[in-house]
Parts: sequence; C-alpha cells; structure tokens
Amino acid sequence: MRAEHDTVAETVRVEGTRILATLIRTLGDVGLAEDAVQEATIAALGAWPVTGVPPRPRAWLTVTARRKAIDILRRERVRADKERLADLTREDVPPDHVVADDLLRLIFTCCHPSLSPPTRVALALRTLCGLSPAQIASVLLTTEAATAKRLTRARQKIAVARIPYRVPPSAELPARLPAVCGVVHSLYTTGHADHDVDMCAEAVRLAELLHELLPDQPMPAAVLALLLLTDARRPARIEAGEVVTLDRQDRTRWDTCAIGRGIELLNDSLRRTSGQADAYQLQAAIAAEHARAARYEDTDWAEIVRLYDLLVSVAPSEAAALGRAVAVAEASGAAAGLALAEHVPPNPRVHAVRAELLARERRYEEAAEALTAALAGQATEPEREYRLRRREEFLALARGCAHEP
Amino acid sequence: MAQYLAMTYTADVDWWAPEHAEELAEYRKFGVDHAERITQSAVLHPTSTATVVRVEGARGGQVVTTDGPYAETKEALTGYYLIEAADLEEAVAIAAEIPAAWGGAVEVRPVIAAR
Repeated sequence: MRAEHDTVAETVRVEGTRILATLIRTLGDVGLAEDAVQEATIAALGAWPVTGVPPRPRAWLTVTARRKAIDILRRERVRADKERLADLTREDVPPDHVVADDLLRLIFTCCHPSLSPPTRVALALRTLCGLSPAQIASVLLTTEAATAKRLTRARQKIAVARIPYRVPPSAELPARLPAVCGVVHSLYTTGHADHDVDMCAEAVRLAELLHELLPDQPMPAAVLALLLLTDARRPARIEAGEVVTLDRQDRTRWDTCAIGRGIELLNDSLRRTSGQADAYQLQAAIAAEHARAARYEDTDWAEIVRLYDLLVSVAPSEAAALGRAVAVAEASGAAAGLALAEHVPPNPRVHAVRAELLARERRYEEAAEALTAALAGQATEPEREYRLRRREEFLALARGCAHEP
Repeated sequence: MAQYLAMTYTADVDWWAPEHAEELAEYRKFGVDHAERITQSAVLHPTSTATVVRVEGARGGQVVTTDGPYAETKEALTGYYLIEAADLEEAVAIAAEIPAAWGGAVEVRPVIAAR
C-alpha cells in the first residue's frame, strides 16, 4: 500500500511540474497556475489510490488543473478574457514539444539572473521539484515563514518587474546557462542524505531534464555527468552510521551504470566545447578519474592534480583548493599537501583533511586538535560519528598506547 | 510597455564642476541613443544640498528638517531616468548603458502604473 502510494505521489509530483509550466504560459500568472496545479494534485492524490494511476496521467492532471483554474478565477471574481477561458476549457493535451518548451521557459524564469541565488534555489525547489515551503525550509536550513516570504517576494518581482517568461535566444544561452546550472549543482551539494527529501535525487532529476531539453549544450551535459559520477559513489559513502572516506570505500558498491553514463556524457560535453574546459567539466573529469580506478592505489593522482590545477585557475574556490591539497598529498607526500591545506580558509572539512594529513606525518596530537576544531563546526551526523572515532584513535596514538596503523 | 525608474548611484559629485564635463558628455550620448525610451530624466545636486523632511506624529505635526542626506553611504543617488521597456531584460539592457552602471551602480525599479 505504502509503495503504491509512493508511485502515485511521485507521478503526481513529476507530471505536476510539467503541466505547471504550460499552465503558467496559458494563465500568465505563476501564483494562479500553482494554485490550480496544487488543487489538481490534491484531487489526484485522492482519486488515484482508488483507481490506480490513469493511463495518461498528464492529460488527467492537465484537464483537472484547467478546470480548477476556471474555478479559482470565478471564485475570485476575476474577469478572465474569453480567449483565456477558451484555452482553459480545452480537453486536449499540448504535444510533448510544447510541454518541453514551457518547462524550459519556467526553468529560465526561476533561474533568472535578476533573482538572488538563494531565491533561484528556493523557486526551483518549489516550482520545478514541487516541494512544499516546509520541505524547502528543512532542506535550506531556514524557517517555513522565511521560505514562504522569499517565494512570495520572488513571484511578486517576476510579475511586477516583468521578468520575461521565455527561453533566451541561442546567442544568449551561454550567458544564461551558468545561472541555471548553478542552481542544479547547488541543489545537489546542499542535499544531505539525512533529510526526508532526497535532494540529491531531485538534483539529478533536474539535471536529466535540463540535458534532455538542451541536448546540444555542453554545460548541462557536464553538470549531469558530474552529478551522476558523484552520485554513483553514494551507496558506498556511509556505513554503520559513519561516513566512509574514498580510500576505504567498497568500490564494488559503486553504481557502474551511472559511472558509464557519466563518462559518456562528459566525453560528449567535451567534444562540443572549443577551448578551455569549464568548472563542471573539470570536476566531472576528476570524479571520472576516481571512478576509473578499480582500487584506491590505482588512482592516477598526477592526472588529478593536473585537473585540480586547471579547476583552481578556471574557477577558484575553497572546495577546489582543498581537493587540490588532498591530491598533492597523494601525489607528492603528506607534507606537500599539508603546506597547501594551511592556506585554505579553515572550515570543518578543512580541519578534518588537515587531521588526516597530520596523522600521516605521525603528528597525532595536532591531528586530534584539528579534529576537535572540525567537531566544533557544522557537520552531518555520519561525518560527526567518523570524526569522533578518528579523534579517539589519534589521541590513543599520541599517548603511545596504540599500535601505529 | 512598462515603466521603470533607473536610479544612478555614483560618487557624490558636483556635476557643475568642470572636471565632470567629459563624463556628462557620456550621459548625454546615452540620452540621445535612447531618447525614444526615456520619458523623463534628471541630474541631482550633491547630497550636501539635501534636506530630509519628516512630520512628527501624524499629518499636521511639527515639521522637522534635517540637513544632509538620509543615509551616509559611499555611493549616493545622483540622478534618474524614467524609461519604457517591454520587460525587465530590456530595461536592464538599457540601464547597462548608463555610464553610472560602470562608475557606480544603477537601480532599476518597476513603476506602478496609474490607471
């Protein structure tokens, strides 16, 4: 029963997004369209567990949402023009290519550069993933009231400032795609496995969608490749409530299917790119290098260092600098890696990496101190468990009452 | 078509000072290039000439005036253009050609249309 309900809920959510995009264009009003789709999905969630998912769920939802929109318009005594009402009383379903175009319009509107990046993420979660403000608040570590306010302000700005509901012309695509890809990528990186919403899966779904809609663009292909290659390792990343670092992961649990597709997409993306690889392509290439190594010892660290060098020059970030320090430690020794890690602005992850490198230099006391610093900051529960255990080990080694590994 | 107010925020300068002649010529060029879309525009005297007015309590209360700008910031409101554009993207494209956009910043705000 539970599994059946999940299928219904999943179909409603996925199809709901698609019909929303079309309804926004028909109605010219994001809020009204969302209300209509919301009411249609409630109707579906009431009816489908009884009847089963109808053969053409999108048609069912489309027609129902149009009727709900008419109801709302009547209820609110808005004098809808005749043409708009005629559109809403139609029983046919727009063809797939129209739905695809509408979805793209919606994506580019939600990720418009005139909206702030956190607003883009919240809007994407609401309109593209169909999450409730409460779910969005839990994912973005904020309150439901703050999320609702942010969404209301965003819709107001879209309507009042007239953020156009359209796909940018192809000449402008390269300038507009980074904002869209940035939203998809940050959805994945903010996704923690311990949320009731699987944000990582949502991000992968959006990346799939974006690539499906713009198959010739290299950037969405690279983002999808990066997410698939990263997500492929997810089954091996946590064991017995503890995070498992890359060197100790059971690689037979990696998703070889996702890895294969990721590498294929990356190669395809690189073929379509002239000149310098972008940050997503480089990160995907790094993930692909890890995926290619059957054992940790087989990793081509020299190549990974080279890719990180490029990444740091193309898109400098703290995460890239830290990744580079780890790669250098593997390629040229822990001391070299430590020297680089010292220059990365400290955060819990930086402290944790420093701890492991210090331990390799047999500086166990300092390693334990670094982990204490790491534990003072924010972390997921599995990270915390792992760091607590490692600190105990380092402290034991520092006191000389344990054998060195 | 919608109306947008494009407000220029730049260093708080005296536009009458001769050293700004060249910069003003750039503004003039912008005005000529986009004459069709600009319904109104103005250049403001520096904030040292500003007076902030407040009425205490409610209407009819004591009028309190303060010398100088409302907020002390590095960039001050130095002028505005009332422009017409189809949507925000077009408004932003026009605003991006106002010299203030690279010397400081331009704030674009949709105007509530009086019907």
